[in-house]
Amino acid sequence: MTDKTHELLVLGIGNLLWADEGFGVRCVEALQAGWQTGPRTLLMDGGTQGLYLLPYIEEARRLIVFDAVDYGRAPGELVVAVDREVPRFMGVKKMSLHQTGFQEVLMAAELLGRLPESMVLIGVQAEQLEDYGGSLRDSVRAQIDPALLIARDWMRRWGLDCLPRSAPPDGPALTAAALQLAAYEGGRPSAEAACRFGDARVLAGRAAG
Amino acid sequence: MAYETQGFKIDNSGKRVVVDPVCRIEGHMRVEVNLDSHNVITNAVSTGTMWRGLEVILKGRDPRDAWAFTERICGVCTGTHALTSVRAVEDALGIQIPENANTIRNIMQLNLQVHDHLVHFYHLHALDWVDVVSALAADPKKTSTLAQSISDWPMSSPGYFRDVQNRLKKFVESGQLGPFTNGYWGNPAYKLPPEANLMAVTHYLEALDFQKEIVKVHTIFGGKNPHPNWLVGGVPCAINLDQVGAVGAINMERLNLVKSIIDRTQEFVEKVYLPDIIAIGGFYKDWLYGGGLSGKSFMSYGDVPQKANDYTAPNLLLPRGVVINGDLGRIHEIDLRDPEQVQEFVTHSWYKYPDEARGLHPWDGVTEPDFALGANTKGTRTRIEQLDEGAKYSWIKSPRWRGNAVEVGPLSRMVLGYLQPKQYPEIRDMVERALHQLDAPVGALFSTLGRTAARAIEALYAANLQQTQFDKLIANLKAGDSSTANIDKWEPSTWPSEAKGVGFTEAPRGALGHWIRIKDTRIDNYQCVVPTTWNGSPRDPKGQIGAFEASLMNTPVAKADQPLEILRTIHSFDPCLACSTHVMSPDGQELTQVKVR
Repeated sequence: MTDKTHELLVLGIGNLLWADEGFGVRCVEALQAGWQTGPRTLLMDGGTQGLYLLPYIEEARRLIVFDAVDYGRAPGELVVAVDREVPRFMGVKKMSLHQTGFQEVLMAAELLGRLPESMVLIGVQAEQLEDYGGSLRDSVRAQIDPALLIARDWMRRWGLDCLPRSAPPDGPALTAAALQLAAYEGGRPSAEAACRFGDARVLAGRAAG
Repeated sequence: MAYETQGFKIDNSGKRVVVDPVCRIEGHMRVEVNLDSHNVITNAVSTGTMWRGLEVILKGRDPRDAWAFTERICGVCTGTHALTSVRAVEDALGIQIPENANTIRNIMQLNLQVHDHLVHFYHLHALDWVDVVSALAADPKKTSTLAQSISDWPMSSPGYFRDVQNRLKKFVESGQLGPFTNGYWGNPAYKLPPEANLMAVTHYLEALDFQKEIVKVHTIFGGKNPHPNWLVGGVPCAINLDQVGAVGAINMERLNLVKSIIDRTQEFVEKVYLPDIIAIGGFYKDWLYGGGLSGKSFMSYGDVPQKANDYTAPNLLLPRGVVINGDLGRIHEIDLRDPEQVQEFVTHSWYKYPDEARGLHPWDGVTEPDFALGANTKGTRTRIEQLDEGAKYSWIKSPRWRGNAVEVGPLSRMVLGYLQPKQYPEIRDMVERALHQLDAPVGALFSTLGRTAARAIEALYAANLQQTQFDKLIANLKAGDSSTANIDKWEPSTWPSEAKGVGFTEAPRGALGHWIRIKDTRIDNYQCVVPTTWNGSPRDPKGQIGAFEASLMNTPVAKADQPLEILRTIHSFDPCLACSTHVMSPDGQELTQVKVR
C-alpha cells in the first residue's frame, strides 16, 4: 500500500501555443475523451507550470508524462523513457522548451524524498516548434493514439483500469473551452494577419545543431 | 562609443564579457558587458533573444476567451495575465464586477504575489548569495545558535540542521547536483559563513515543501489547478456558506481552509523568509551595487483595489505612481489611456515602425518583426559573438513613460509606499524596521540587496493584506451578499460595435498592462506590455538605458569568467522573459556560457 493520494498521475506538459509543443496536453485531453481511467488516476494538463506541479507529483505513486521532445529523430518518432532514465534523459539534451523546469521539479521531489516509485515518459519527436499560435503537425498528431496505447499498456501492467469509454466524461474538461483542439485551431487568425516566423539565428542554430 | 545618460558614463572600449543564456530565469536572455582595467562594468547590453507573437494569436478571437490564452504565455505569471486580461475586457465593455469578485481576485493575486516572491528568493535567487557547497562544512550547532538568534521558528535544533546537512551530502555525492548545478561555488563574491549557508539551504528545502500549500488557494477559488478558471464579469465560483461537503459551491469548510493557508503563509514569511533576508543582508551590506534606475526613475501601476471597480490611486492597496529623475518628492499620476504617457519604441528592437523616432501607445501598437544586425556586430547572423548596441539588438521593445526609462517591481512599489506614509503606514513601518535591523540608511534600498529585501518586505505586506481581504470577504458574505459575477453584458449582442479598454495589475515582477480593441464582438488588437519589457528594455532614440542595463553599471566583477555579480543583479529583478519574448534556445545549451573577449 502507499501513503499517496493518487495511484497514478498522468501529466501532459508543454506549451500548447507552440505547435508540436502542445503534444503532451493534447494527449491527456484525448485520454480523457476516449478512455475511462480508475478513480485513483488523476489526469492533468500541466502546461509549463514547473514547481506548481510538485504537490501533484509528490502525491502520486506512479507517474506518466506526455511531452514533445527534441532528440533529432524523425518527426513524430515516439520515445519512451522509464524510471531513472526520465530525469537523466532530460538532462542529456534539451528535450523540450521547459525541460529544465520539469527536470527541476523531479529533482525537488527527490530532494524531499517524494519521487514517484515508477515513472514513464512518453515523448514525441517534434517537427515544428517555431509556429507560435499554431497546432500539431500531422506527423505528431498521428502519434497521439499510439502514445495513448503505450500509456494504457503501462496502466495494465500496474493493474490500473484504462478502458475505452462508453459514455462521455462526467468531470470538467482539463483545458478551458477556448483552448481545446477544435476551437484553438478553428479560431486561428489567417497567415496574413499573423506573422509567423521565428528568430533566424535560432532556426539556423537548430538545423546546424 | 562613450556618452553620458541618466547619470551613467557609458563606455564600451574595455574587454567584453558575454553571458548567454542567463540561467535560473523563465525564458531566454543574454547580457554583454564591458569591463575597464579594474574589472568594473562600464557598459551593459541586455537582450531578449526571441520574438513572440501573442498579439497575433488573439486577433479575431472572442474577448471573453483572451484570459485563457494569456494564461498560457508562461508558467510563472499565469494568474496575473488572466486577471489583467479580464480587467481589460471589463474596462472595454464597461462591466462592473461585484464586491466579492473583487475581493476574491485580490486574495488570489496577493497569494500569487507571496508564492512567487518566496519561490523566487529561495529557488532562483538565493544561490546568488548562498554557497551550497560551503554549507557542507558548517557546524550544525553554530547553525542552530544563529537560527535561534534571528527567529523563534521552531525547526532550529542542531540535530535538525545535521539531518539536513547529511541529506545534502548524500545528494551532492550522488552526483545529482540538480538545481544546484549552475553555481560558482567558492567564488570570492560569496560572503556568508558556512553556518549561514546551511541555514539558508535548509530553508530552501522548507520553502520547497511549503510553497505547495500556498497555491491551494488558487485551486479553491479557481476551480482547478494548475490553470485556474477566470471569468469576465467576476469570478467563476459560487459561494454558499451553509452548504456541506466538498463539491459544488464554496462553503465555510473551504473558506476555513483558505484562512488556515493564509495564517501559515503569514507565519512562514514572518519567521523564515524575512529573517533570512535580514541575516543574509547583514553579510552583504557593504555590497550595495546594482541600484541602477531604482532611486531615480521608477513606476508602479498599483493594484489590489479596496472597493470594486475603482482603479484610481487612492483606492489601491499597492501604490500607484511614477517618480522620475530622482525627484522623490513628486509622485506623478499615471493615465494608461493617454497616448503621450506609455509608449513603446523600437529604435533598438528588431521591429519596424513607420517612424522610429516616435513611440507608439499600445492601443496603436504594431508588432512587425525586422531582424537585422548592426555593422559592428561580431560573428554571423546565426552565431552572434558580440552584439552591436548602436543598432537594433533585442526582441524586447523599449517602453517609456513620457519618454523616461523606469524600473518596475517590488522595490518600486515599496519605495512608492514608503514615500506616502499617510496612505501606506504599514509599508513605511516595515521598511524602517528592516533598515533598522540591518543598521543601513534609506539609500541602501537602491541596490541589488535593496531589491531583494523589498521583495521579502512586500511578501509580508501581501500576506497581511490577504488576511484583511479574507476578513472583508467573510463580513460581506455574512451580511447576505453572495454575488460573485455580473453577467449583464455577457452576451455579445449587448456590446457596442467598437470598444477599447485597458487592464492592469502589479505582477510579482512589476507593472503589467493589457490593451485591447474590440471590433464587431471580436478582438481587433491586443497588446501586452509586461514588466520585463520595462526592466529589460534596450536603448531608446535618446540612448537612454533600461533598468537591467543601468543596474549593472559601475559594478566590480571579482572574476570575469564567473560573472556571479551580473547574475545576482539580473536575478534580483525576477526577470521573466517568457512573455516579454518568445522563448527558444538552441539545442543542448543548458548551462550558462560565459565568453570573455
